[in-house]
Amino acid sequence: MIEEIFRAEWGRVVASLVGFCRDVDVAEEAAQEAFALATRRWARDGLPDEPRAWLVTVGRNKAIDRLRRERRHAEKLQLLPPPAETPMPATAIPDERLELIFLCCHPALAPEARVALTLRALGGLTTAEIGRAFLVSEETMKRRLTRARTKIKGAGVPFAVPNEDLLPARLGTVLAVLYLIFNQGYGDQRVDLAAEAIHLGRMLVELLPDEPEPSALLALMLLHDARRDARTRDGELVLLADQDRSHWNTAQIEEGRSLLRDTRGPYAVQAAIAALQTEDPIDWAGVADLYATLRELTGSAVVELNRAVAVAETSGPRAALAVVDAVAVDLDGYRYLHSTRAELLRRLGDEAGARTAYRRALELTTTDAERRFLERRLAACGSSGRSGRDGPEM
Amino acid sequence: MRYALLINERPGADDPLDEHERAALSAEYMAFHDDPRVIGGEHLQSAETATTVRIADGEILLTDGPFADTKEIFGGYFLVEAPDLDSALEVACRVPALRFGGSVEVRPLGSPSR
Repeated sequence: MIEEIFRAEWGRVVASLVGFCRDVDVAEEAAQEAFALATRRWARDGLPDEPRAWLVTVGRNKAIDRLRRERRHAEKLQLLPPPAETPMPATAIPDERLELIFLCCHPALAPEARVALTLRALGGLTTAEIGRAFLVSEETMKRRLTRARTKIKGAGVPFAVPNEDLLPARLGTVLAVLYLIFNQGYGDQRVDLAAEAIHLGRMLVELLPDEPEPSALLALMLLHDARRDARTRDGELVLLADQDRSHWNTAQIEEGRSLLRDTRGPYAVQAAIAALQTEDPIDWAGVADLYATLRELTGSAVVELNRAVAVAETSGPRAALAVVDAVAVDLDGYRYLHSTRAELLRRLGDEAGARTAYRRALELTTTDAERRFLERRLAACGSSGRSGRDGPEM
Repeated sequence: MRYALLINERPGADDPLDEHERAALSAEYMAFHDDPRVIGGEHLQSAETATTVRIADGEILLTDGPFADTKEIFGGYFLVEAPDLDSALEVACRVPALRFGGSVEVRPLGSPSR
């Protein structure tokens, strides 16, 4: 029960404290102390009437204590109002999480710092957890966070939702950060970053209900995540066509579909594709068309590679191979280019070509599950295996 | 907060401009001083007039020009007083050098914030 409250309230409490003392560092530390005190106090006395207000009030007092201890903040201290005697009602606390999201994802910060700050300040993950998820030491992650906080303070990065003229571009950065967190967690990391990204995505939709792209990103994440349990079997990757649909999370698929309204933005188009891929049979012509739209929106060669996979389903491997070969130069270092090419060559009966392409994909792969998968495909090359696909849509 | 907008120009980027266009460009730079946030700034003479001082092996070393093999040359700066980084960036984004392939580094001045 207490844990649930912590999970739900952490971001809000930190945001409120950042708004109060304008210092991410002090705010996080104060929030941590408040939550620690709550654990002891609530276990003994039971929940207060307004848990969030309780946490914010205690956090404010802790922040003031800390600022007072620090002489260097003497001049700021005079600007702080005295701590409230009694907890204020929850409704009086403005929701400052939106400002905090834009602060953490400000484009003036290094991309990896945006991710770390967002997970720390809004998700409540520890520095060690974030470090583990991104495969760096806790020490490295701590330095990264410190550098980011120093920049926020030193460069005057605003704690504010950007003006209307900047909002679309800045929202793009926020969405990119959330999607990056999601994709990092889509593999099998220890910290469930995919769940964290979905949680933050829900928060953003709640805070910006009129913006179509946050809903679209949430839909996209839900639709991908709904297939997670079916994506691997005994630790091995399973292709979309071979996935056991009874392991798909249908409630999550329904929720994802219901969030799809506007289909103009890049996340909306991707979500629409993900939705089509949960249907049976899959409308591959529809998927190919949506990829063509997405290509126009993003200019991405990876998108074109994905379109090739759909083209293979509608027009056959030869037409698909032409699409793949057109982007081969741009994507030479991308493992899915080679695994997709290999699969298409295999279907065309060019087994020698397929083996070469599989080997090139193997050289570029970074995860064990993918390596084993590709080795199996390579071994099967020459025997008459069933046709399947691999590529970014797994 | 005070920020320095350090303007780096592509050498020769404005060569193709005629006299008229040059005058318009200067006027554009002068107009920055009408923004109440801009509290100072200077344009530097061309990079050929620069001398660079270094210390190598304990000896003072003078070189003609800015520094070697650079694609951008520091051309001038504005000093801006703005409430936060976004406001300073807003001024920075209007610097014409950006349209000619240059860049603007926005750096807060040493301040007693901590």
